[in-house]
Amino acid sequence: MKLVSAIIKPFKLDDVREALHEIGVQGMTVTEVKGFGRQKGHTELYRGAEYVVDFLPKVKVEIAIAADQVEAAIEAIIKAANSGKIGDGKIFVSGLDEVVRIRTGETGSEAL
Amino acid sequence: MKSLICSFKSHRSLTGLYVLMAGLFVPSLAMADDLSAGDTAWMITATVLVLFMTIPGLSLFYAGMVRSKNVLSVMMQCFAITCLMTILWILYAYSLAFGDGGSMNGFWGGFSNALLANMSVDSMSGTIPESVFMTFQMTFAIITPALIVGAFAERMKFSAMLLFMAVWVTIVYAPICHWVWGGGWLGSKFAILDFAGGTVVHINAGVAGLVACIVLGKRKGYPTTAMPPHNLALTLIGAAMLWVGWFGFNAGSELAADGTAGMAMAVTQIATAMAALSWMFAEWMAHGKPSALGIASGAVAGLVAITPACGSVGPMGALVIGLASGFICFKAASTLKRKMGYDDSLDVFGVHAVGGIVGALLTGVFSATTLGVFSGQGLADGVTSIGGQVFNQSVAIIVTIIYCGVLSFIILKVIDAVIGLRVSEDEETEGLDLASHGERGYIL
Repeated sequence: MKLVSAIIKPFKLDDVREALHEIGVQGMTVTEVKGFGRQKGHTELYRGAEYVVDFLPKVKVEIAIAADQVEAAIEAIIKAANSGKIGDGKIFVSGLDEVVRIRTGETGSEAL
Repeated sequence: MKSLICSFKSHRSLTGLYVLMAGLFVPSLAMADDLSAGDTAWMITATVLVLFMTIPGLSLFYAGMVRSKNVLSVMMQCFAITCLMTILWILYAYSLAFGDGGSMNGFWGGFSNALLANMSVDSMSGTIPESVFMTFQMTFAIITPALIVGAFAERMKFSAMLLFMAVWVTIVYAPICHWVWGGGWLGSKFAILDFAGGTVVHINAGVAGLVACIVLGKRKGYPTTAMPPHNLALTLIGAAMLWVGWFGFNAGSELAADGTAGMAMAVTQIATAMAALSWMFAEWMAHGKPSALGIASGAVAGLVAITPACGSVGPMGALVIGLASGFICFKAASTLKRKMGYDDSLDVFGVHAVGGIVGALLTGVFSATTLGVFSGQGLADGVTSIGGQVFNQSVAIIVTIIYCGVLSFIILKVIDAVIGLRVSEDEETEGLDLASHGERGYIL
């Protein structure tokens, strides 16, 4: 089991959700986040006073999936979230020790 | 501004009969203070428009520029000032400004009309009821202190603010108002042109704001912490309301519905639009982008600058006044305070004092009838040259700056010693909405 976390541009969320749904991903957790990478922040100017905004708004999509789904999921996210411009985001993949479905107590891949 | 107040005490039905007879038989002998329905209707409308400038116009203009934790505090301050000034005005400030001070009339209007003792339903001021004149002038006494709020926004104690405003309107606003419009020494000794309040309202408020922000000190974290406006949509709505309401301020200052009022309206629109573009293009060239805050600020700068001029300049003069004020106020707001190191939160000095000074001086130029297409309707009575008029304008500016600056400083220092001017550091960090009023502007 793997946990795939994708940081994407907020307006790409619907495309990503749809692409993941098409390859059979059953659920996801979405969080509004802020951060910066190579895109850095931007500057704002109010009556001549310049403010540097370091953290840009992004959306984090987290999906817990079987290991054999990871390739397809990454491909789907890249296809949906790529605008070709700096700031499209990143995908992090990590191992997942255990999953529990709260209602039934099922564990492991049963619970995905 | 006309300021003749006559008590016209006769029985209403008799007055009506007299007017009817005068209209039928001897129209040319009609008394000077016969009520004009047209003037009265316009002045009631103008009064409402000027009130509209403060609540909601100025309140929203300022509210959008502070941080979200202080949005209620500036709106609350404007609202409370509106109420407090109304009461002080009818109790005694109207009498101080527009009463007859007898032998001391050069300096103040005295207390003879305190509690509106001499105002009845039949009292006249020119061609309008005195009640309308009194309320119209009241709205000016409301917006002038409210303008100062922007300078000390986000850090002043509410109680200290109320106390400061009450004393300020009594010993700064009312006397200066009397000197310029109420028959006092400035207006009678120096033929100055201040149609709707360049000195009385804008330079006055701007200077008081500068003194206040210096005496209070900078906001915690200024200028290293980012303090961007939290909702510029509110600010643009507020600026638009100020613009609309300002026709009551400027065209209303004629106190009549006539050609001068009409021209005041036209030149107000022209100068405002030009100043907004002037600020927008200046900012576009200097910083690469035309901003919404910039165009709104430019419009307000133009409104301020045309205020003293709108009764005596022509359309092309207004165009130049707009062009100059937009650019100069842009420079003042974007560089002056950082160079000088004071924290005038919302640029009350940079826009109102600087714009007011630019307007007052240029009024002395573009009122002249000798400038071809840039001519105005004429200099003040007895003034023969542009230089002479500009000198008189400068006297009014300097007197206002010194008198207002010194007295504002003293009032603030005394209040600071007695109850303190600033909220505590913790309260400032928490935001005045919660700290001073126990409420939040946004519960999202």
